Amino acid sequence: MNFITIDKKDWAPGIDKSRKTFRVYGPVEDENGCQIKPLAPDTAPKMDAPVTVMSAKSVLFPQTEKILTATLDESKQDHHVMTPVETDDMPRVVLGIRPYDAKAVQLVKLNFDNPDYQDPYWCAAYEATTFVGLGVTHPGPCDFSTAVGCGPFSEEGLDVLMADMDDKYLAKILTKKGENWVAACGFDTEADPKESQVLFDVLRKEAEKQIQTDLATDKLAGKTILDLYDAPFWDDVAFSCINCGTCTYVCPTCWCFDIQDETRHNTAVRFRNWDTCMSSLFTHHASGHNPRGTKVHRVRQRFMHKLKYFLDKYDQGIMCVGCGRCVASCPVNIDIREVCNRMNDYETTK
Amino acid sequence: MDTCIEKIRAIGADLLAKGTVEKVIGFADGSIPMATRPIALTSDKEVDKLVFNSVCGLNLANYVSKNSLSSKEGKIAVVAKGCDARNLVTHIVENQISREQIYIIGVPCTGMVDKRKIAALFDDEITGFEEHGDTLTITSASKTETVKKADVLRHNCRVCTHSNPPVYDVMAGDPVEEQTLDHPYEDVDQIAAMDLDARWAYFENLTKNCIRCYACRNACPLCYCPTCFVDESSPQWVGKGQNEIDVTTFHFLRAFHCAGRCTDCGACVEACPMGINVRDFTRKLNKDALELFGWEAGLVLDKRPPLDAYSPNDPNDFIK
Repeated sequence: MNFITIDKKDWAPGIDKSRKTFRVYGPVEDENGCQIKPLAPDTAPKMDAPVTVMSAKSVLFPQTEKILTATLDESKQDHHVMTPVETDDMPRVVLGIRPYDAKAVQLVKLNFDNPDYQDPYWCAAYEATTFVGLGVTHPGPCDFSTAVGCGPFSEEGLDVLMADMDDKYLAKILTKKGENWVAACGFDTEADPKESQVLFDVLRKEAEKQIQTDLATDKLAGKTILDLYDAPFWDDVAFSCINCGTCTYVCPTCWCFDIQDETRHNTAVRFRNWDTCMSSLFTHHASGHNPRGTKVHRVRQRFMHKLKYFLDKYDQGIMCVGCGRCVASCPVNIDIREVCNRMNDYETTK
Repeated sequence: MDTCIEKIRAIGADLLAKGTVEKVIGFADGSIPMATRPIALTSDKEVDKLVFNSVCGLNLANYVSKNSLSSKEGKIAVVAKGCDARNLVTHIVENQISREQIYIIGVPCTGMVDKRKIAALFDDEITGFEEHGDTLTITSASKTETVKKADVLRHNCRVCTHSNPPVYDVMAGDPVEEQTLDHPYEDVDQIAAMDLDARWAYFENLTKNCIRCYACRNACPLCYCPTCFVDESSPQWVGKGQNEIDVTTFHFLRAFHCAGRCTDCGACVEACPMGINVRDFTRKLNKDALELFGWEAGLVLDKRPPLDAYSPNDPNDFIK
């Protein structure tokens, strides 16, 4: 069973059925717009939601996550010894995410799950999560996913890819996890694989055609880090930046975090919180020295990491899936596409 | 405001060509619909990059303060709406810059539009935005909407009574008529009228989606502290996670730090990626400053703000 159709009448009841085994996440709308959140009982995901302000990364990597605890009670034998909190293994499904958010999880995976290091919290969440994407038939003006090896119907990182066919969804089941979720919902109307694939291809081509972007990344790998680092345009790029954390927090691929200990009475808790390289605290040493002491340093770091260091280290393209959230949300309209092109086009005169 | 831009460009070019100023800070067109970006020009050849329209919602006074200006720098011209100019005055009064360092190109402002209100008219993303006089034409893939600018103004612009810069070196247009309001703080009064539980719930709900990106703080010209209290680590005043007590502590303290200083320019709300109306905090303090001290920030250069002045005639006993 590669393809199935899901009548929209069966969609919400199917999701409800799956709640016995899955915690369900999806786009929900409130006064601050649409966000990917755990769906309250009886709530259906808002499948026609615009791009959510925040990506789906928090499902695996919450903005604040408790990782270790200790007792400070000295009468206890293990006082002050940090012990891991239980990881959350409850199967969960994220519904209706855009395909680039699933690709982004694969990029974040390079950091949290690699031969040298496996982050227990992220890995447990990843294992437990099924990603059900919805192809984007009308990409918006900030979407440049096709320029960075992704796209509105990209399958990478997804377990199921769905397409909206008015009164029903056509779903392509991509993994075993996807099969399990479909079974839990009771969706079992098989669709003709050949015809379905043709339909997907048509929709994909139609959607890709709508993305107009002249982003070029082809020359980034051939440049030296120092040439780009010393390029003359960073002051100009950074002038308008107010050094808020918006771009990094809305980014589905930004993975940096900070560790904080908090105590209350006799309990100590170690948290990790999202961190942002836009903040001067990010690199503020205990000595007082700050190697990235100005906003120009910090703006340069963000783009160098995404567009050069990552590329050089992993050889998997740039650290960006083209969702355009940073472009849409930046209060001063710093556009990563423009910065990327400036870096790509830069020829040193030395 | 359509005609202002030609004057702004001409003034900017003249100032740069004559060397009166070292740079001109203004707005340039953005890369997506309804976006502009702050820009600094150093050559009179570049002035065509300047724009001024109804989506210049940030406050350019934020780009001139002790932190951003070096003492060696020459004079800087700033394109200033009424609120930007009031924040430049506040900078001067608070000794962040001197009057001589700044050349204020005043713009009589007819208000900025609420981008979220406009986005709410569409189910899909906006692909085009055009402005002709007081008419806005907005397009998406599915439809075109024509709206009156007055119907989609930001709330702070709807209740603005200082559209014209109170202090300037040159004006880029004829002053606009200032409105007078019978109930300038209706929004604050509505919140104040709630009972305690409802009011607390209101504020909890207000900040529930805050991601602590600090865009509100960083877009605010008042927030020029070298180290903000939330960034202190020794001692650490407030937790850095998403605990709601910590989130609200940030918002409360930031608002109190703006008491008697806020010009209600709306840059905080404009910058917030979640569209949180953080003005609900500062507006109450603005109302108090007006009612208790007859004070509105940034109108005059020769008067101390109420919270940094001592008066023997102070009506309160505790201070004597």
